Amino acid sequence: MSPSEAGAKEAPKYTKKDFESDQDVRWCPGCGDYAILSAVQKTMPDLGIPKENIVFISGIGCSSRFPYYMNTYGFHTIHGRAPAIATGLRVARPELKIFVVTGDGDGLSIGGNHMLHVLRRNVNLTILLFNNRIYGLTKGQYSPTSELGKVTKSTPVGSADRPVNPLSFALGCGATFVARTVDRNIPHMDEMLKRAAAHKGTGFVEILQNCNVYNDLAWNVIYDRESKVQHELRLEHGKPLLFGPPDDRRALIMQGVTPKVVRAKDVPESTLWIHDETNVNAAKLLADLFAPDFPIPVGVLTAVEAPVYEDLILQQEQKAISERGPGDIAKLLTSGDTWKIS
Amino acid sequence: MGQIATPATGAEKTRTALDRAVIRFAGDSGDGMQLTGEQFTTESAWAGNDLATLPNFPAEIRAPAGTLFGVSSFQLQFGSQRVYTPGDRLDCLVAMNPAALKVHLRDLKTGGLLIVNTPAFDKRNLDKAGYATNPLDDPTLAERYRLHKVDMTGLTHEAIKDLPLNTKEKDRTKNFFALGLVSWIYTRPLEPTLDWITKRFAKNKDIAEANTRVLKAGHAFGETAEIFGEHYAVEPAEMTPGLYRAMTGNRALAWGLLAAAQRSKLPVVYGAYPITPASDILHELALHKRFRVRTIQAEDEIAAVTAAIGASFGGAIGVTASSGPGIALKSEGIGLAVTAELPLVVLNIQRAGPSTGMPTKTEQADLMQALYGRNSEAPVVVLAPATPGDCFYIAYEAVRLAAKYMVPVLVLSDGFLANGSEPWLIPDVTTLPPIEIQFRTEREGFFPYLRDSATLARPWVRPGTPGLEHRIGGIEKQDVTGNISYDPDNHDHMVRTRAEKVRRVAQEIPPTSINGPATGDLLVVGWGGTYGSITAAVEQAQTAGKSVASIHLRHLNPLPPDLGHILREYRKVLVPEINSGQLVRVLRAEYLVDAVGFNRVRGLPLPSEEIYEAINQLLGSTP
Repeated sequence: MSPSEAGAKEAPKYTKKDFESDQDVRWCPGCGDYAILSAVQKTMPDLGIPKENIVFISGIGCSSRFPYYMNTYGFHTIHGRAPAIATGLRVARPELKIFVVTGDGDGLSIGGNHMLHVLRRNVNLTILLFNNRIYGLTKGQYSPTSELGKVTKSTPVGSADRPVNPLSFALGCGATFVARTVDRNIPHMDEMLKRAAAHKGTGFVEILQNCNVYNDLAWNVIYDRESKVQHELRLEHGKPLLFGPPDDRRALIMQGVTPKVVRAKDVPESTLWIHDETNVNAAKLLADLFAPDFPIPVGVLTAVEAPVYEDLILQQEQKAISERGPGDIAKLLTSGDTWKIS
Repeated sequence: MGQIATPATGAEKTRTALDRAVIRFAGDSGDGMQLTGEQFTTESAWAGNDLATLPNFPAEIRAPAGTLFGVSSFQLQFGSQRVYTPGDRLDCLVAMNPAALKVHLRDLKTGGLLIVNTPAFDKRNLDKAGYATNPLDDPTLAERYRLHKVDMTGLTHEAIKDLPLNTKEKDRTKNFFALGLVSWIYTRPLEPTLDWITKRFAKNKDIAEANTRVLKAGHAFGETAEIFGEHYAVEPAEMTPGLYRAMTGNRALAWGLLAAAQRSKLPVVYGAYPITPASDILHELALHKRFRVRTIQAEDEIAAVTAAIGASFGGAIGVTASSGPGIALKSEGIGLAVTAELPLVVLNIQRAGPSTGMPTKTEQADLMQALYGRNSEAPVVVLAPATPGDCFYIAYEAVRLAAKYMVPVLVLSDGFLANGSEPWLIPDVTTLPPIEIQFRTEREGFFPYLRDSATLARPWVRPGTPGLEHRIGGIEKQDVTGNISYDPDNHDHMVRTRAEKVRRVAQEIPPTSINGPATGDLLVVGWGGTYGSITAAVEQAQTAGKSVASIHLRHLNPLPPDLGHILREYRKVLVPEINSGQLVRVLRAEYLVDAVGFNRVRGLPLPSEEIYEAINQLLGSTP
């Protein structure tokens, strides 16, 4: 048993209602956050974790109001710092199940550095990054995931910044679990939340989320029924990368080191690209793909095992104690060079 | 080059008793001056002297050899009476090269002992130090000082010529020649250094043998060379009986935290980003995992403080440390701990600023930052240790207060305290006040911001406690319930409550100890690392018959409850600080007293001589 599994106990039978707090939800009517909140509350009973051992931590932004609405322990902190706060909490209390709720601005702009380091350390927690490609709480400036040339209040003639891709960023940081889901696909969100929460290490989930006030239908390419059929690529471990309408299936294949879209019926089955969650290099290629030239990968890009930061820290502590006993300050004070004055 | 002394045997030597002596070893960064000074310190502690040290080194790791900015030095004062400071003017300067001579000669008393390593005064080194001609050839040098030109390099090589070491390795031992020589001059025991050599070089017998021989050669050289007509003895000081050890401020802070971890039975989570002069605390804590100290070398200063806050939220002792620039980065995080009302300990090892400033030099100019350096009204408790050993008690007290009042506590140490050491009477840890942690588990009547009537602390609840699930955050909250609130009157109430909670820490402060008469002409008020300089100056004035007293504040927010009364018992108030006048402003604002500052901001401890002059000046007389 690893130190982080210590103290686990059986959870009572919960319902979604047990996870709803008494606070009024204050997002704009029609916000994609409502669907995510509902999905998270609905998923919680399935995790089998006692409610008191669950903590939601957030930074600043619309998404970061999330902890107030969960009837668990929660800490709404400062802009961008949730991953660092969560790291400290995990190191102090490795038996807790921690969710970090963040957005494209909080997690990738002001908190980009902490996001990098929590992922590379592989701290055992789940990160839900709501990506709506806009700053909502500050009323409509472009975000680090906004497309180049985005016209907003702060960029009246278009932004000059190239966007960052959250999945590529996470994989580049050495993330051990990276997934993407969509706020308008509740069953898939449920599935991704469960997978991420069960992952040992940092589970990173990008949730494509709609800000209906400042960036409505930014993800229409995957909301629109027709477009979704054309572009959504459901990733399933061990299955070939096929997408598109049933009468016009297309396959994603590798040509040299470059992904390429072909008609499925034009290629032999042996050349299909079989999705392998344990292949991080393949995940890095998939992460960069997007419509219109490529499909939009949705699902688990990668899930691999790696040492967990706080496990290593606690193992060092336990080793020191088991080899030499617990610390004794009186002994330490009189150790080494001392002299007596009488 | 002048005449070089050679050893002779059978010379009669006289031994003169001294009350105290101030010595500085100075050389190139690579000359091992810090080690030489530390060993001399250990020898002096063994000899039973009281002492204080001042290491001074460049920020560059391997500064170019021979340059002025590459000079490293170690100063100490030791005495048969109470020693408060490393001393102002030098009785003895050891200069291993021309650059060291150039940088440090001005601090040597006229008539002081000047020992130089002659072979280092070659054309190349003289050029680097900016000497047009060899200063050793200038006859006025020998007229002003008792100059001893010693071929340390040559004598070192001679002593170990048969050992299978290369020239560089042999060269590197010459600092022990200097140590041996100065140890003879001041009658120091060699045993601690011989012990150290045996332990340190257990795996390399040749290096151990070389250092041993060179140390003894330096000692024998003093004994036999005709140039040293006399040497000195400094009798043991009258010190409180007990077991002592040498203690630096940074180690004392670390050990104070270990003591707090043990007494509170809680893990310490220490978030830190490397920064001079605070990094040694991280290094020290990382050695003591058995105390359940979990160190996180964070990605930046902000992550360091927020990780500590996350740990405190989880029911551990969250601690972070840095120096001024890093504390500036942490200020938003500290504000979060203020409003979330979580315990947090922040150690600031102050250094000369602003910005990067002079990282290895001391200063105490972050007092205003500690008191006010956050957005909005964000009061915290501020403590400051007076001596290196006091850092132990202050760190422990910081944890105790943070946990009891659910409040951040800032500790203002400084570069001088951090690296300086003193003989420290090892305390009986059972006499430390208990750190009683009571996590709330009772569901009945629970609210996250329900307050204790005596301390105004809200309950500390560990996540994992059934039935007490709750949310806190940086948004203003309604008192008691902790729910988000934008109500104007509630905000005013919360601002006042957070301030009142900090003010109530005053009930923890013992009566202020006054060094001198309880009423009189002049009170000198100090805080932090200037304790030694101030005390030495005040005692000198008292010996001269002046009506002078001093107090040293360890609590800077809240201030001691008896301070206002004490200030009014003296005609004048002098506040010496290594800043442009920060505490003096606070005292004038808080108490409407006409306190006067004495300020030097040179990156060095305050010279007690200058404080003494300032005392006399304010009293309207000449010394």
